[in-house]
Amino acid sequence: MCPPDYYRIEYEINPWMDRRRRPADTSLAVKQWQALYARLTTLGATVKLLTPVPGLPDLVFTANAGLVAGEKFIRSNFRFPQRQREIPVFETWFKERGCRILPLPAAACFEGEGDALPVGKTLFAGYRMRSDIQSHQTIGEILGCEVLSLELADPRFYHLDTCFCPLDGRTALYFPEAFDEYGRKVVAASVSELIPVAAEDALRFGCNAIMVGKDVVLQAGCEGLNRDLRRRGFTVHELDLSEFHKAGGSAKCLVLRLN
Amino acid sequence: MPTETVELHGHIIDSLTLPKVLDEVMNYGGTFEIIEITIGHRREDSSQARVRVSAPAQEILDTILSRIKQLGAAPVLEKDAVLVPADRDGTFPENFYCTTNLQTFIRCQERWLEVARPEMDCGIWVDPDRKHAATMPIHLVKKGDRIIVGHQGIRVTPLERSPERNVFEFMASSVSSEKPKGIVIKEVSAQIRAAKKEGGRVMVVAGPAVVHTGAGTHLERLIEAGWVDVLFTGNALAVHDIEQALYGTSLGIYLEKGIPAKEGHEHHMRAINTIRRAGGIRPAVEQGILKSGIMAACVRKGIEFVLAGSIRDDGPLPEVTTDMVSAQDALRKVLPGMSVCVMIATMLHSIAAGNLLPASVKLVCVDINPAVVTKLTDRGSFQAVGLVTDVEPFLRELWKNLTE
Repeated sequence: MCPPDYYRIEYEINPWMDRRRRPADTSLAVKQWQALYARLTTLGATVKLLTPVPGLPDLVFTANAGLVAGEKFIRSNFRFPQRQREIPVFETWFKERGCRILPLPAAACFEGEGDALPVGKTLFAGYRMRSDIQSHQTIGEILGCEVLSLELADPRFYHLDTCFCPLDGRTALYFPEAFDEYGRKVVAASVSELIPVAAEDALRFGCNAIMVGKDVVLQAGCEGLNRDLRRRGFTVHELDLSEFHKAGGSAKCLVLRLN
Repeated sequence: MPTETVELHGHIIDSLTLPKVLDEVMNYGGTFEIIEITIGHRREDSSQARVRVSAPAQEILDTILSRIKQLGAAPVLEKDAVLVPADRDGTFPENFYCTTNLQTFIRCQERWLEVARPEMDCGIWVDPDRKHAATMPIHLVKKGDRIIVGHQGIRVTPLERSPERNVFEFMASSVSSEKPKGIVIKEVSAQIRAAKKEGGRVMVVAGPAVVHTGAGTHLERLIEAGWVDVLFTGNALAVHDIEQALYGTSLGIYLEKGIPAKEGHEHHMRAINTIRRAGGIRPAVEQGILKSGIMAACVRKGIEFVLAGSIRDDGPLPEVTTDMVSAQDALRKVLPGMSVCVMIATMLHSIAAGNLLPASVKLVCVDINPAVVTKLTDRGSFQAVGLVTDVEPFLRELWKNLTE
């Protein structure tokens, strides 16, 4: 995770960002972030930190740094120049920890865990808004797994982790309207148990949840979703992460899974 | 039709990416052909597909390509065709690309250009701006002309099979005298009707047997009724047609009675002499000397006719071209827009026309001798439909079908 010391809305690269009408309150963001950090550590997660860098407000969304596979770090190629400046920061952090950096072909954009989430042995990968499908094959080759590409159909759900969330090896949350008919068919055919999320909860970033064992950490107020999760035996932890919604992210966007 | 080949890699089957690409091609009005597909054996193995995408217009193809590029379908990198300037007149550079009669495209400055006037056994010439390509017969090559060599950047489109089965499919396979002629003639007339309706042109290639067998009047009527746009024949048909118009005989035989005329063997020479004295067929019609027959009908209707001579010709008539290379060029000039070509009772003229016509033109070859049709197809005009029959009943039936 990366503390939000320099988190602000400095540019607009998704439909959620609006510098004038929806500026972020940095001090409130820091409080919300600290509550998330505290909750994750309480749940038993080990959290490693990245030092924030002035001028890189979105560095806080570490999920987009890349994809970690053991000692390998598949480095992201950000779509927008504003975020491309984060690349060397992430790269240095992983290099210092002895990871082998695996860059992808420069022509193909890829935004890390934001667009690549595993369910069992299959990696589900989103494309079109931020990542290009051309990156998927290389990732599949590096990881030696099947990569199922899903085209994202709604710009508000511009990363896969805003509309799809694996809960365990066979269950996942998803917001069906964020995908087209093909994507819905693929998800239905490949995930044993699917929990569809209603639009109101999806727009509250309910799918952008963090899993720690059977515990689910997500934005507060997703009532329908919480009910579904509890019924399936998951423990729900609700937190207010509304300051980060202004940049188009929530709980999951603020963490990158290291193992 | 503008076409591009694209490649897809990855887990394109389970991701439904391949079906999605194919659906999108069709949604935007294109068509596709899967040229190659390799499917991974294990779950983690990726698959590959090579798909040829076509669209009715370049803009539609561009739209399709930009959409399916988002789905990971990237055009296969193809190299431009290689151009070499001809080093002298009348010859191609070594290793020139030798054409077929099929629709052909060449890659030039990263775009596919359609080669104009498909014709077999030619080279491909490209203009200096590299925006236009056309077939070029060997004798027309000028030093410095840019000619394609090798096979790189060349794509030949196989003949499309129509979804409806028609006579041009099931009859084209073999030549036999034992085929239901009525159906074939009906189909030929339907093709002629369809071609004319779409603004296409019809060419008749005919030999003198048309006149000898008494079928001249049928052809004359077809011309008068506007079913024929071009007549390609030799000196003989014209001479015997004119002989009949002037003397009522063909090779000295009265066609109506079937008996020889007195001094009849001289008729064809006298006919030739009359036309030569008049200055040609056209002036003879204009002067009122030649009033009936196939040639007179052509002149009256303003039908283009090309007469190509041979070494055994008497005369010949003034309009007959005796230099064969010039005759080929004259024929090339009248071919654009041709849709259907009916070849009746002439071997050499049929093969000559077949050599110059693109494969997209429907060929019907009618001859009493099956070997003529076989020869035509053996020389590359594989799209020909053969009909082994006497020409008189063929033309009579064709006329009947077209006037019904």
